[in-house]
Amino acid sequence: MSEHRGKALSWGLVDGVAEVEMHLSPCNEIGTAMLEDLERFLKALPVLEKQTGALILYSTRKEGFSAGADLRELHARSLEATERERLEGVRSFLLRIHHVLNSLDASPLTTIASVHGVCFGGGFELALTCDLIVADKMARFAFPELRLGLIPGFGGIPRLRRDTGNSVVRDLLLTGRSINATKAQSAGLVSQVAGEGEALRVARATAAQVLKFDRATSAATKRFAKPIPLDDLRREIDLFCDLFARPAVMEGLRKFVETTDAHPYLP
Amino acid sequence: MRTLEQTTDEILNLAAAHFKVPRAGLSPADDFYKKLKIDSLQALDLLSRLENHFGVELPDYEVQGVSDFRTLATRIQARL
Repeated sequence: MSEHRGKALSWGLVDGVAEVEMHLSPCNEIGTAMLEDLERFLKALPVLEKQTGALILYSTRKEGFSAGADLRELHARSLEATERERLEGVRSFLLRIHHVLNSLDASPLTTIASVHGVCFGGGFELALTCDLIVADKMARFAFPELRLGLIPGFGGIPRLRRDTGNSVVRDLLLTGRSINATKAQSAGLVSQVAGEGEALRVARATAAQVLKFDRATSAATKRFAKPIPLDDLRREIDLFCDLFARPAVMEGLRKFVETTDAHPYLP
Repeated sequence: MRTLEQTTDEILNLAAAHFKVPRAGLSPADDFYKKLKIDSLQALDLLSRLENHFGVELPDYEVQGVSDFRTLATRIQARL
């Protein structure tokens, strides 16, 4: 249980630190495969929590940490479903991913996201559940959901609000633009900016530092310092589902998956 | 302060070095997607490098619809 190699996610202890590697082609899109592996990981988390005080989440995909929700899968499943099945399916998925992310957020482990390349949408939401984000200087962060007529649905808005000022939240959401690691650090979202290719090394050094402290004290500090905005997270699910019901969303999804545009990731 | 020509030249140098294409083969009017053989994710990587190099922040919506080096340079120049 403390070691596993999955289709999307693998984990184990490396130098006394739990390391969770994302490796789903093309860029760790969060759909069924990633969610199922995250749920398997969640079952293993209590075992890891007895063995270590720190966890690093990182990607071995060269494109980046995660490009976000698997929109192609979402579109394909939506086409096969009735309207009611589509909406119920989305709500069910959101409830499952929220359970995973809330559990990771609440873990007594000090969690560190090591981010390189793109960290967009659901990928950004996954990183924000971690206590610290270490970012490669070339990493980029974005919440592009408004381009599809949606909002972040995996807890992004409440977690953004937890970590940064409202003007930054508005900027990211209402423009859908991506920001670089330096900007993300100045906004309070990234703890450390590492040289190119160095984020994982810096994350490991940070984890080694964290492990020097008494685990119970670290866990109590985290619980006190980092509230989990459960009410707002539930409200976000409701708002997402309301928006998802609009016809413009299916049209936005269709355009994204069918585009021959060389630039689908630009706003 | 840099002139637009200097900015353009630095962009071409940076792009050639990072994407490993001959600098002599790049000119300001070139389509950088085609010349560098890059997609939009790699364009975002280029954007990060340019932001770091010039010490500016360039929202990616400002490069939407931009595909040549010269226009990219004018966007960056406007932020210097």
